[in-house]
Amino acid sequence: MHSLDYRANALLIFSVTALAFICAIPSFSDKFSNQNPSAEIQILNINRFKKQSYGNDEVSLTLDITADLQSLFTWNTKQVFAFVAAEYETPKNSLNQVSLWDVIIPDKEHAKFRIQTSNKYRFIDQGHNLRGKEFNLTLHWHVMPKTGKMFADKIVMPGYSLPDAYK
Amino acid sequence: MDWQGQKVVEQLMQILLVISGVVAVVVGYATESFRAMMLIYAGGVVLATLVTVPNWPFYNHHPLKWLDQSEAEKHPKPQVVAKKRFSKK
Repeated sequence: MHSLDYRANALLIFSVTALAFICAIPSFSDKFSNQNPSAEIQILNINRFKKQSYGNDEVSLTLDITADLQSLFTWNTKQVFAFVAAEYETPKNSLNQVSLWDVIIPDKEHAKFRIQTSNKYRFIDQGHNLRGKEFNLTLHWHVMPKTGKMFADKIVMPGYSLPDAYK
Repeated sequence: MDWQGQKVVEQLMQILLVISGVVAVVVGYATESFRAMMLIYAGGVVLATLVTVPNWPFYNHHPLKWLDQSEAEKHPKPQVVAKKRFSKK
């Protein structure tokens, strides 16, 4: 503590170290939050189901998505990124995941919603395996904190299927 | 700043920052507001800076007692002895 520079430097280092501890605490407290998200998806309509000119199947769907992700939000949550993926198996790939729709939820008020929409991103197969295909629709979410580790989880909803013939 | 002041200022800085950190976390957790936590801590840092970094007069209440001029003349300064250089073999 001999000079002003010395004291200023000591204070800077100490305050930044203390800040690291202060940020670790909300991140730690997230572990004790109760989370019970819920979701339901219905396929309202299959708008188009065809084979593209270069051989791959393409589907266009209208989805009705209901979700309540409010319990995922804590004081340490910046935003939640959620997306719906169609998951199915083909002879070529043991797991295909095609993202159909996503959303960035900035706060708790927007986390409970119902939306009817056609798929935001194109549902295209690697090949032509989709006729009569059974698939799951999975709602994934990534909780992005203000400080700390991001974690992700999902709800798998099985039992959807595509028609046997092109439309 | 004298020795006593240096000791006081170091302890004061640490105590102020730790207390403002603890208050910040507790208030932030209770009000579920991350922003409140950050603002309270930032206020604490500013307060600690204002109190401990400048050389306030109350850190100088135990000044060093330098030797009086008349006393110094009674005790001569030690002489520097010129060293012989050793030649390398």
